[in-house]
Amino acid sequence: MNGLFAAISFREFLDERGFSPLWALLIAALIHALILINLFAVLPLFYIWLERKVAGRIQDRLGPTRVGGKFGWLQTLADGIKLIQKEDLAPGASDKWMFRIAPYLAVVASFAAFMVLPFSDGWVAVTLDVGVFIILALMSLEVLGIIFAGYSSGSKWALFGAMREAAQMVSYEIPMALCALVPLVVAGTLNFGELGRMQSGLIHNWLIFHDPFTFIAFFTYFTVATASVKRAPFDLAEAESELVAGFHTEYSGLRWSFFFMAEYASMFAVSGIAVLLFLGGWHTGIDLESGFGDLRGWQPDFIVPGFTLGNYLANLFGAKVFILKACVLVFVQIWVRWTLPRLRIDQVMTTCLKYLVPISCVLFLGAILWPLLLASTLKRTTILEQSPPTGRALISERRTMPETRPVPAVAVRSPQEVAE
Amino acid sequence: MNADLLFYLFAALTCGGALGVVITQNIVRMAFWLILSLGSVSALFFLLGADFIGAAQLLIYVGGTVVLLVFGVMLTASGPYLQIKTSAADGLLGACVGGLLLFVLISTVCGLEWSELPGHQNSIGAVAEGIEGSTLRPLGLAFLGLRPDRATPGDETSGKLATGYLLPFEIISVHLLVVLIGAAYLARAKRRTVSDDHGLS
Repeated sequence: MNGLFAAISFREFLDERGFSPLWALLIAALIHALILINLFAVLPLFYIWLERKVAGRIQDRLGPTRVGGKFGWLQTLADGIKLIQKEDLAPGASDKWMFRIAPYLAVVASFAAFMVLPFSDGWVAVTLDVGVFIILALMSLEVLGIIFAGYSSGSKWALFGAMREAAQMVSYEIPMALCALVPLVVAGTLNFGELGRMQSGLIHNWLIFHDPFTFIAFFTYFTVATASVKRAPFDLAEAESELVAGFHTEYSGLRWSFFFMAEYASMFAVSGIAVLLFLGGWHTGIDLESGFGDLRGWQPDFIVPGFTLGNYLANLFGAKVFILKACVLVFVQIWVRWTLPRLRIDQVMTTCLKYLVPISCVLFLGAILWPLLLASTLKRTTILEQSPPTGRALISERRTMPETRPVPAVAVRSPQEVAE
Repeated sequence: MNADLLFYLFAALTCGGALGVVITQNIVRMAFWLILSLGSVSALFFLLGADFIGAAQLLIYVGGTVVLLVFGVMLTASGPYLQIKTSAADGLLGACVGGLLLFVLISTVCGLEWSELPGHQNSIGAVAEGIEGSTLRPLGLAFLGLRPDRATPGDETSGKLATGYLLPFEIISVHLLVVLIGAAYLARAKRRTVSDDHGLS
């Protein structure tokens, strides 16, 4: 496969140990999947605890305090054990087969998004040139699980919730993609790795500070992303005050908790996309990374020959920065949920179709016209003298590296040469 | 060999999903089988290194079309779980059309001399193992009219920009936008005049 970037190294390691290629691939893929599943399961545990704590503090309560010591650290784990023990019910009026399969659809779609999300330079399960495009495509599949859950429950509340969710998701996908396009126009690449790499250095290299349009696009994207993971004030699909519990009214036990795992993991995923597109990815923004220059090359041939410990440590630091940034954004989503009242369904649709879609269209146009404006007034395409390396520069840099495959006989000429 | 194994897995899922769509009678379960089938097709695209088409398949067919289909069913279905019963005549007609299509496909596949095709050297395995790389960059360049793969040595014009597909693509997309706006205009809530509703009362 073109991807499985890190798996290839695992695979090579196992190959050298005398495994057959098929087993090496399978074991490597299994290890990667297990690491991601762990992350996928642990993040919701933490976020649900955080949500209770933050909600408690905002409402002048303490939140969980008993389980696991002073701060109630283990509250979610205790809840999880309770949920596993519950009976796995399916209502008599439901389409039982669909009812049982729907939570898995939601979880699989949400988990698949983690496949292409890089946590640090090269720390990604699958490297794809169309990473941003495919992650948006995968995130849009989660709604199918929710629609199926609502439809197969055989309950009017669940059906209403599912219909609202379908309407909401289909509409909010448009501004989400348009807002994601704004930094992509600047970057000139759909590859998450290149996007992260070009935002290294000081904080002004982050794409959010590139021009006014990317700055506004970040806030628009964050609003739309909150709606697309059906968080308050856009959580019409569950709206407790009107629809009992919306699409998951009839669910209980572990299947119910699957929906919440999917929801909290998606919150992390959309926040991670925002961090990669706008907020500098795994870079700190104070140029700590330039100090890592020596560290990255440090290779003491420790345990495995060819394994650079320095790279590993630098990537570990990057991954922590990335997860911290994403957690801050998730915290903002939680904060918004407990301080803003829920919108009505018509207001949700109005917000999307009459405000967010036009705003994102204007931002997209502006992002395209901005370099033209600068070129005609300042005679260069960025405000700052020291421009961050753009995607095109990175690509041409990559082109100059020695390639293993045969170079075509006639090289592609640049447009200037063609004009001559 | 790995790629072959994955190919057979996803090919089986594609065919199984398609069979499920035909056999099942519950329309929402049909949608589920359709998801399985279309999703496996996108996995096949990924195996071939066509990342962009695979992602587009996921976004447009699985994420877009099937959601709209289920949405339409939920809005229009009269009973709780809509069943579709096909009559024998419909089944016969469908079998005829399907059989003819299968015949055309099989005769085409058998009639081609595969070893003489230009792309044959890059077998599926080679592409899947990442030797050839993804097709995204060649696709993007071809859109702008750059076809380095078609360049022949010694040809003066080969490095120049040929006619790309960008203009036709833009024209089609503007057309689609016009169609969308037109549909929204036709389907909008009609503004009722007072004389229509309450004029007589």
